[in-house]
Amino acid sequence: MILVFCELKDGKIRKPSLEALSEGRRLADAAGTSLGALFAGASCAGAAEAAQYGADVILTAEGAALGSYSSDAYAQVVADAVKAKGATVLLAGATAMGKDVAPRAAARLGAGYASDVIKLSMVDGKLQAVRPVYAGKAFATVTFTSAIQVASTRPNVFAAAEKAASGTMEALPAPAGDFKSVVKEILAKAGGKVDLTEANVIVSGGRGMKDGANFKILEELADAIGGVVGASRAAVDAGWGLPHSMQVGQTGKVVSPTLYIACGISGAIQHLAGMSGSKFIVAINKDPEAPIFKVASYGIVGDLFDVVPELTKAAKAMGIGKG
Amino acid sequence: MKILVALKQVPDTETKIKVAADGRSLDPTDVKWITGPYDEFALEEAIRVKEAKGAEVVALSVGGDSAKEVLRNALALGADSAVLLKGDGQGDAFAVAQMIAAYAQGKGFDLILCGNKGIGGDNAAMGPMLAELMGIGQANVVVKLELGEGTFRAEREIEGGSEVVAGALPAVITAQKGLNEPRYASLKGIMAAKKKTIEEVDAAPAQAIAVVNALALPPERPAGRLLAGEPAAQAQALLQALKDEAKVF
Ligand SMILES: Cc1cc2nc3c(=O)[nH]c(=O)nc-3n(C[C@H](O)[C@H](O)[C@H](O)COP(=O)(O)OP(=O)(O)OC[C@H]3O[C@@H](n4cnc5c(N)ncnc54)[C@H](O)[C@@H]3O)c2cc1C
Ligand SMILES: Nc1ncnc2c1ncn2[C@@H]1O[C@H](COP(=O)(O)O)[C@@H](O)[C@H]1O
Repeated sequence: MILVFCELKDGKIRKPSLEALSEGRRLADAAGTSLGALFAGASCAGAAEAAQYGADVILTAEGAALGSYSSDAYAQVVADAVKAKGATVLLAGATAMGKDVAPRAAARLGAGYASDVIKLSMVDGKLQAVRPVYAGKAFATVTFTSAIQVASTRPNVFAAAEKAASGTMEALPAPAGDFKSVVKEILAKAGGKVDLTEANVIVSGGRGMKDGANFKILEELADAIGGVVGASRAAVDAGWGLPHSMQVGQTGKVVSPTLYIACGISGAIQHLAGMSGSKFIVAINKDPEAPIFKVASYGIVGDLFDVVPELTKAAKAMGIGKG
Repeated sequence: MKILVALKQVPDTETKIKVAADGRSLDPTDVKWITGPYDEFALEEAIRVKEAKGAEVVALSVGGDSAKEVLRNALALGADSAVLLKGDGQGDAFAVAQMIAAYAQGKGFDLILCGNKGIGGDNAAMGPMLAELMGIGQANVVVKLELGEGTFRAEREIEGGSEVVAGALPAVITAQKGLNEPRYASLKGIMAAKKKTIEEVDAAPAQAIAVVNALALPPERPAGRLLAGEPAAQAQALLQALKDEAKVF
């Protein structure tokens, strides 16, 4: 069996989990095995949706103690499920939770782990993974010698495709408590916007924005075309009040949107490392020699304070981002 | 309180990646090696705990002779002692976790600080693996840490915000940018570090089970196109191209 650890949010399966499920289905078909979807929490209502994404079996570990995420408890649930089902491959979306639980579960299973993978295949019954290293400046092909293989799938890379399967529900025992570390509180900010790593469209600003308040024009463009706003390290470090969670690059977020619009960003190697996996890159910069133009699919040499508002205006006029 | 800080030697972020002749590793020619940027936050945090409430800070790196540079720097910044675990520190995160666990087990560390990711390998895995092997709690990608009597409270980054993780010590905490502002080494610290010895220990044998078999550079991006005209015309042309050619919208 190929087992996918899935996350629920507001009773819906999170998109990175659906992507991992779809990829798991494809691998299970290639290997001639079944696909399991695993859920844990105080309630797993909504887990049945996994059947639409190819799960033959839907495993739920429900227990009051699992209502708050715990690295050690969830790793135990995941590892126990792998063992109980004799799964040989374990996948999880490379989300904050997935990247927390997957390596811990792998260690518990004595299994090899590849993080943030962008391509998977089954070769002679074993998983083979391709993953970016050096923040995307190179790609490594990873093979495993362990009987069980674990990978986290980078959000926004694998397609979430519906493919109905039987989705037989099965309850698993849940640990009762006494965990080593537990989430006590979630401090949400930024109005529930999509995270940069999951965003399809990113509008990013750099030092050329001159001031944090000017990011408003990027917000307006992002709103008009259905995107979220990111930043270069120079912008984050400038003391403009931008949180580090906005930083794209080698020591920030590595992103892979369909469209990345870089405004007033020169294109330093550390920035390129984080965003050169984008499908299309647009550079808006007044310096025609800026290195960002070397990776840009489309370039606009000009003043961003003139160009960005025109883009917002034109996007609204053309009805872009309205479905 | 006894704190272990795990520091990885990594290629400088400026490095232009060249694939070695074996087709699976980084060509080390012209590569400058540095302390992992996230590991610097881990070390700084340990030193701040030491300054605030007293602690013994042990810096550790798994690697070859060159990793001593990382440890020397840690000593200059305020680590009390340094250990080089001689072994392959650049390979499988699980192998490294096993080596560090074998060393740290039974030595009474109350806190183990790591970076959330060793840049280059980009595994972001060693910390959680170490926590599991040692049977202790973890908080990953931490931007704020408070220590109580045998307890910790950590704020960690999640999608669109942060969450508070609480647990018992000992625990593994992996540092994220924002946790603190690392200091620079003082001349006095650098001089003092030169006199300290770095303990060298053979790492426990650990087999890599996730192995890089091939390393390749990304395909060249196709040449781009500049959009000419006044800002309004440029904007119009860009959106049209994104719609018709790229089919983004
Ligand atoms: C260890 C390390 C890690 C790093 N990690 C990261 C990282 O993760 N992410 C990251 O981004 N950087 C990172 N950096 C920093 C990186 O080297 C660059 O300093 C940074 O990316 C520069 O940001 P920038 O392009 O916004 O600023 P600059 O390089 O200053 O570029 C500003 C650009 O704006 C243009 N501009 C100015 N005004 C306008 C205008 N009105 N209209 C249009 N264009 C205008 C200019 O022509 C210029 O090209 C790292 C550096 C180190 C040493
Ligand atoms: N060879 C090593 N020696 C010491 N610490 C390491 C080593 N490899 C990884 N680490 C620690 O584990 C963290 C995560 O590394 P990684 O899982 O490789 O991304 C790093 O930031 C270090 O704190």
